[in-house]
Amino acid sequence: MSAIPTTASEIARAVANKEITARKVVEHYLETIVAREGEIHAFNLVTAEQALADADAIDADIAAGRPVGPLAGVPIALKDNLCTHGVETTCSSKILEGWKPPYDATVVTKLREAGAIAIGKTNLDEFAMGSSTENSANGPSRNPLDPSRVPGGSSGGSAAAVAAGFSPVSLGSDTGGSIRQPAALCGVVGVKPTYGRVSRFGLVAYASSLDQIGPFATTVDDAALITEVISGHDHMDSTSIPTPVPSYRAAASQGVAGMRIGRVTDLPEGAEPEVKARLDEAFAALEKAGATIVDVQLPSLGYALTAYYLIAPAEASSNLARFDGVRYGLRVNAADTNSMYGVTRAAGFGDEVKRRIMLGTYALSAGYYDAYYGKALKVRRLIADDFARAYEQADVVLMPTSPIVAFKFGEKTDDPMSMYLCDIYTIPTNLAGHPAMSVPFGTGAHNMPVGIQVLAPALGEEAMFRVGGALELAAKAGA
Amino acid sequence: MSDDMLLPGGWELVVGLEVHVELATRTKLFSGSPNRFGDEPNTNIDPVTLGLPGALPVLNREAVELAMRIGLALNCTVQPCIFHRKNYFYPDMPKAYQISQYDIPLNIDGHLRLPSGTVIGVERAHLEEDTGKSTHIGGASGRLHGSDYSLIDFNRAGVPLVEIVSKPDIRTSEHAKEYVAELRAILEATGASDAKMEEGSMRCDVNVSVHKPGTPFGTRCEIKNVSSIRAVGRAIDYEARRQIDVIESGGTIRQETRHWDDAEGRTHTLRTKEDADDYRYFPEPDLVPLDPGAEWIERVRVSLPPLPAARRQMLNELTGYDTQSEAIIVVVERGQHDYVKAVADAGGDPVKALIYVQQAFAEMGREPSVPAADLAALTVLERDGKLSATQAKTVLAEIVANGGGDAAAIAASKGFEAMDNSAVEAMVDEAIAADPDAWAKYCAGEEKAAGAIVGRVMKASKGKADGKVVSAIMQSRRG
Repeated sequence: MSAIPTTASEIARAVANKEITARKVVEHYLETIVAREGEIHAFNLVTAEQALADADAIDADIAAGRPVGPLAGVPIALKDNLCTHGVETTCSSKILEGWKPPYDATVVTKLREAGAIAIGKTNLDEFAMGSSTENSANGPSRNPLDPSRVPGGSSGGSAAAVAAGFSPVSLGSDTGGSIRQPAALCGVVGVKPTYGRVSRFGLVAYASSLDQIGPFATTVDDAALITEVISGHDHMDSTSIPTPVPSYRAAASQGVAGMRIGRVTDLPEGAEPEVKARLDEAFAALEKAGATIVDVQLPSLGYALTAYYLIAPAEASSNLARFDGVRYGLRVNAADTNSMYGVTRAAGFGDEVKRRIMLGTYALSAGYYDAYYGKALKVRRLIADDFARAYEQADVVLMPTSPIVAFKFGEKTDDPMSMYLCDIYTIPTNLAGHPAMSVPFGTGAHNMPVGIQVLAPALGEEAMFRVGGALELAAKAGA
Repeated sequence: MSDDMLLPGGWELVVGLEVHVELATRTKLFSGSPNRFGDEPNTNIDPVTLGLPGALPVLNREAVELAMRIGLALNCTVQPCIFHRKNYFYPDMPKAYQISQYDIPLNIDGHLRLPSGTVIGVERAHLEEDTGKSTHIGGASGRLHGSDYSLIDFNRAGVPLVEIVSKPDIRTSEHAKEYVAELRAILEATGASDAKMEEGSMRCDVNVSVHKPGTPFGTRCEIKNVSSIRAVGRAIDYEARRQIDVIESGGTIRQETRHWDDAEGRTHTLRTKEDADDYRYFPEPDLVPLDPGAEWIERVRVSLPPLPAARRQMLNELTGYDTQSEAIIVVVERGQHDYVKAVADAGGDPVKALIYVQQAFAEMGREPSVPAADLAALTVLERDGKLSATQAKTVLAEIVANGGGDAAAIAASKGFEAMDNSAVEAMVDEAIAADPDAWAKYCAGEEKAAGAIVGRVMKASKGKADGKVVSAIMQSRRG
């Protein structure tokens, strides 16, 4: 028996070739979790027994010579807003405590069919609303690189799980940066695919027109592999795209010779100096690898944050209305039905969720719709138009993922606006429905990691992974 | 607007109707659960129906096709459209929003021509999902307020509905009833809905206001729970009277929703405009825009069966009866027009066929069990004078009871044979002699007095005399 590989692709290869058993792999990761989970709190639930049973089933298949999938024996952590059949799915909210979905999310089904083994449900900001996991009803997760700092959010648990070595890969969801920002803050790779590329069936909705599921990994190759497995058309999701899925892994190792990389000359200010320095180095590295740097403008980007904080809460106010105590989850009894709704929701939702429900309800109200929600939709169109013009000149656009490195607990909880600003560079792609990924690229203040973000046009994942692969190579060479 | 349509005091009634019809699809609007009335509660459900977290709607193609049939049958323009969410809390509304259509519905700008000739505008006919059904147990009223507990059946939740909104073009309660009856006949003809008001698959909300001609429309009240065509007329008459009384005694009408109590024959306030919900409509992000396209619309258009107006026209051409005659209206409403045509095609007398079907086939559906040829044979016997009208009726009753039969054989078995006219003449003379008073009155122009003479002839002939022949003889005797 050789040592446990650290990447999903290596694990799958080694397991399929009988160099190591899936059980051994799972046991290794469970041991890592036991050693450090008390400190990190990446998980809401670790499904150790089921994971071992699944591992044994994979091993039995291999022993019997039955074909196995491309992720055979690969442990994967799932953000706790992804439905898992018979396994508690809480969104880190009291209102869903104890709720066990009668179905798997489509991504979970696809992963299982590929041979992956779910090892647990990871912590998040309640209903994916937040940038630090401090809004979780179960308490925050900690950044494995400096546990006095946040892992980012909302998929902070999934990012921390990969960064801490609890799982080689994990899934998150990204509505305004909830995969890319924690990936950047934890020093791992995070991908938000094109809207519609990955089925949302079984993802508990935050903002339906923005939500997209994607992977965390330690390498660009693994991120491409997981993206490939979870992408594709799903008849259960009307917004799912029927276009066939190309090989993202092939793209990731293709290099960037001849590519045009967009530099945004009117990027909104706010990035820390070290973050700006890493971005400059990233451009230089790509130029050295054979790409051309072109200047592009995105003049509407400054309005993205405002538009997002109208559109996302508006959709959330509607999506979260179903948590009414009638059919599932928490119910606090009261004298009549309307009072029951009130006390159930008051007890079940945390402050940030309530804040966004109120924001969204207001934005959609009669007499205010045109001034708020209606105007935000127009901004959304302007941003998409900006990107369309930029992508006439550039194949991808490069910018920081987060303006700042991982911050300390409590630093931003008293000022929601300063927390919202963490997503200033990630939100525009959600509004446009485009893919983007964060690749670790050196460090910034306090020696914490910096992530560089690669943005691409709709279904431009191949270009995105080409550049992501090149950045990873350059980062390793620079290290 | 003729004066005879005005209400006492010179008031004009203004009525608009919102009719909800359940579509006769196999499955629900956004999920694969069966759309079936009368099953065990909560058996036709699934994650989408229950609004479970992570479930997503997928539009039912058959529902769109049936909705287009309705739109085209009502002379609407079928257009590319989108879905909206209508947000409100109610226990039988699983997602706390209804997926409906708002400012861009599927069908717009149609009209419906009443059999009496008046044209009523149809503003729109849009697709939406039905709610579940609440049953309130305990308390006096059977309503939520004051009940001990409530049961919810989600079988109906997600059943496809089309809401047909008329323009406020209706000016009499008779026209309102005629509109609903004709709409029901159209819905049945298209096969889009079974349109059974008693089962709730067709439901009417009635908007009523009154004003003086030449002045702006009055404030309207919406009346709910109007569950039969008769109730439509009664509710409108009651509500118009109530509004006129309020205004004439110096009051004003409040815009409100009122409940029709069929047993008490009155409406009462359900809720006023002040406590009306703000539905916070916004485009449904889980569905993509629906553009049926010219080709599909055309396919549906050419597949439409003849509508009630065309069917009445067909019977008019076949029989010479007016399209507004009761016989034609009744037979078309029952869907027995094709049967009448079949009797005529089998060599039968069209007029007699129409009348027989109108009078004797009320209990039969659109496909009567009597072979058309059997009925055709009977009409010929009567037309040729081989059977009197009375004898023919007796034979018809037997044919109906047995689901068919040889008319000539039945007549023979009953000893029916046409009497020759000289025998009838003798009987008429005997009857005149027996009742000279009646004869004198008849001769003086009192047509009703003929009954006594005819009755004597029928009694004497044991019903074998042809009533028409008797009348003709009496008229020639009277000179």
